[in-house]
Amino acid sequence: MTRSETDPERAKKPASRPWIMRTYAGHSTARDSNALFRSNLAKGQTGLSVAFDLPTQTGYDPDHVLARGEVGKVGVPIAHLGDMRALFAELPLGEMNTSMTINATAAWLLALYVARAEETGVPVAELRGTTQNDIVKEYLSRGTHVFPPAPSMRLITDVITYAIEHIPEFNPINVCSYHLQEAGATPVQELAYALVTAIGVLDAVKATGRVSDADFPTVVGRISFFVNAGIRFVEETCKMRAFVSLWDRITRDRYGVTDPKLRRFRCGVQVNSLGLTEQQPENNITRIVLEMLAVTLSADARARAVQLPAWNEALGLPRPWDQQWSLRAQQILAFETDLLEYGDLFAGSHVVEAKTRELEEAAWTEIEAVLSRGGAVAAVESGYIKQRLVESNAARLRRIEAGSQVVVGVNRFETGETSPLVANREDTIFTPDPAAEAAQIAALEAWRSQRDASAVEEALASLRAVAVSGENIMPASIAAAHAGVTTGEWAGTLREVFGEYRAPTGIGAGASANRAGPNASRVQEIRDTIEALSESLGRRPKLLVGKPGLDGHSNGAEQIAIKARDVGFDVVYEGIRVTPAQIVTSALEEGVHLVGLSILSGSHLALVPEVVRGLRDAGLDVPVIVGGIIPDADQGTLRAAGVARVFTPKDFELDRIMEELVVLVREGTGDDS
Amino acid sequence: MVTAGVLAGRKMMVAAALNLVEDTRPSKRERIADLLGVIRGGDGHRVGLTGPPGVGKSTLTAALARELRQRDLSVGVLAVDPSSTRSGGALLGDRARMSFDANDERLLVRSLATHGHSGGLAEAAPAAVEVLAAAYDVVLIETTGVGQSEVDVQYLSETTVVVVQPGSGDSLQFLKAGIMEIPDLFVVNKADHALADRAVTDLVSALGTAASVGIDMERPVLKTSATTGEGISALVDALRLRANGSERVARRRAGELHWAFSSLLREHGEHAVRMLGGRRALLHEAAGLLDERVPPAVAQLWSTRYLALVTKPL
Repeated sequence: MTRSETDPERAKKPASRPWIMRTYAGHSTARDSNALFRSNLAKGQTGLSVAFDLPTQTGYDPDHVLARGEVGKVGVPIAHLGDMRALFAELPLGEMNTSMTINATAAWLLALYVARAEETGVPVAELRGTTQNDIVKEYLSRGTHVFPPAPSMRLITDVITYAIEHIPEFNPINVCSYHLQEAGATPVQELAYALVTAIGVLDAVKATGRVSDADFPTVVGRISFFVNAGIRFVEETCKMRAFVSLWDRITRDRYGVTDPKLRRFRCGVQVNSLGLTEQQPENNITRIVLEMLAVTLSADARARAVQLPAWNEALGLPRPWDQQWSLRAQQILAFETDLLEYGDLFAGSHVVEAKTRELEEAAWTEIEAVLSRGGAVAAVESGYIKQRLVESNAARLRRIEAGSQVVVGVNRFETGETSPLVANREDTIFTPDPAAEAAQIAALEAWRSQRDASAVEEALASLRAVAVSGENIMPASIAAAHAGVTTGEWAGTLREVFGEYRAPTGIGAGASANRAGPNASRVQEIRDTIEALSESLGRRPKLLVGKPGLDGHSNGAEQIAIKARDVGFDVVYEGIRVTPAQIVTSALEEGVHLVGLSILSGSHLALVPEVVRGLRDAGLDVPVIVGGIIPDADQGTLRAAGVARVFTPKDFELDRIMEELVVLVREGTGDDS
Repeated sequence: MVTAGVLAGRKMMVAAALNLVEDTRPSKRERIADLLGVIRGGDGHRVGLTGPPGVGKSTLTAALARELRQRDLSVGVLAVDPSSTRSGGALLGDRARMSFDANDERLLVRSLATHGHSGGLAEAAPAAVEVLAAAYDVVLIETTGVGQSEVDVQYLSETTVVVVQPGSGDSLQFLKAGIMEIPDLFVVNKADHALADRAVTDLVSALGTAASVGIDMERPVLKTSATTGEGISALVDALRLRANGSERVARRRAGELHWAFSSLLREHGEHAVRMLGGRRALLHEAAGLLDERVPPAVAQLWSTRYLALVTKPL
């Protein structure tokens, strides 16, 4: 039963305050990002959403070999307290609501944020905002995890129990369904896997013994979620409602929370990026608006905070104007339309309620399936969840390739007028300052030379001691922040104690998704060609697939690897987070005929030419292909550097990609059969 | 040049030699036989690792390789994965679970697909092992642990390690499947698991009198955790003891017999075996032939003889 039904007055009340409006932002340097934050706030944005760059997210300083090309690309680099100062210069922390998309290093970024508040005299208890702090979806989809599951869960519970005690209004974790959908999850899977993750986190907090039974409902009340909304906006509306009722049930039945306020499903939303198209990109603004409706129309299941992607995300990084366009869409819905004058629009709708119930029941079955496998973490380690996601994503790609799932401008209504928005493509995306990396490294060196080295050493020693002893990591981390410790030093210390973790990939799971796809005869033709090629080469064509740099979004690379195996290639899958030198070594040791690189973080110009040079220096003349979000202007640069072919999101036909790979191997080996 | 490079452990040449021995074109046979003739019997200790899927063989292999490198021993890894029966292609994912220094010239990892070789190891596996054993101090052969491969790995290795994990019915099933005689060493991986000690006890009692915990036992049962590093050093100690063992030559010769015989079987089937006098006679003959020839050359000799028999005019 929804609340509107039990409260007839409520439906009439001129209801709600608008949700918090945010833009996911950050790039180049802390100072540039601060300017962006301030201009966004001036445009009427009501909360901040900090995008960190990949070295910060994975715990490397800007001068680490793996950070090359990644500094300041997908977000702001924060290497120490000085960067945090610059990021929030002239922004009163006590008045901000700051969402930080940070996971493996969440405890550290929160420590820097707290340290910044302390040194400016802002009471820590007044801080508001969110650390994402959800490692499960990193293992499954986003790939910025660092530590093995057990110490990762420990860091999560450390942040939660610290926040409960010291920052009561802070959301110490945002359990993410967002990235599950980006990895291919159906609405049912999105519901189930996010909720079992939340259960896993709450169970872990309980197991620490640090929270009394009396205080535990407060912990339950601080769990918030970060949800996605796709283009099927009616079903997505129902999914939001199912989240509300399932969470109510779980918190009541599993954790015995009696206060309904503490059982409320609280979430922020970013709508879908996966469905945004490179073709006719102006259509994306329509998609974004419809997706926003799914998370705002239901007063009873409305997002507390919304951030929208920009129309041109499939082309590259959005400019401030592109993000403003999306912010304006939120403002029009909240302030121009009459939406907020009404209570829940769907209470009592047979259609919506039936669909909601259907999702709830299916999700509950899947929740029980995961719990019977030992819970979310065990189901990640065994590859169970990953396998389900890979299957769903493969099915989605097959539907699009076959045309049974319509994507306007991609597989239907492809022809039309040229968009004036992209007439000059280089100008339609944002380019982070290419000098930012060198500047950041110089600033880091200056920071290191100016700090008190013995204080840093002491701080790291006590951080290590706490990591080993199992006490809460936060106080030692805050002390380390004040002492001038860097992000790489903090994470490096914990790496030494905890070790590192390489999560199960989707390719083992993909072995069971071995299907020909929409066009079986075309696939058979490719297989026959590869069979013939194998005979004339003397061995089966071998392809290396890897992701140089720190970008952990491996779904695209995994789909290519699985498809290549399914047409008959031997595929060496190298996984995420490898250096150009490692890729070259692998290509040499494995004797591959083709090297495929996937990069979505914008670091392609720094990393790809280095791989090509390394291969040639090692005497390997194999063709190199690149897939990812590669702006037009950069494609020429990459080809000039020796790249044979660049694939972007508009190349959605996997069969065609495979045919091109076969041709490249044939040319590369001089086989003219 | 390639041969000398292999013997000197030069990575680029080792990789080239591996490309060559994988090459199935008849025109390459002679070159392959020449190469094998020179590098044959390399001193690298061949260690086979097998066990049910999911017990952490890749992670354990990576941990072993790191420990061996720390002791300044060079390492070649051969990771064998199954090919898809439908497409013939394979996903070779072991590298995604290993992380090594890219500039280490004395460590090489090669993935090999089984290539429709039903259940068993890849056709090129024995030759690839020869190449690696000529180039490196230790060769780690990691197999898929399904089908025939866990039995066949004994023919590639001088020491066979079976890896199991605690609290899993798979492991017991695996042992019941008749593989008990093969291993020289048992490893219970994931030692941090609550049931690890129980699994060790169960194994020791199931294996009978020959087995015990401790590296110098006849058939030791060791406990490791590839993630925390526990027991890795002891496992390497146990392997180094076996590297000095006297049974290695005999094990290699048994492997060569199997290699020659199975090559004939693959190419011409049971009919050829019968026509040439049966398995026992062939193995007996091979024992002598192998003094002069490498296994593929022995198989070639038999093949020629068989073809002469069946194509003889009536």
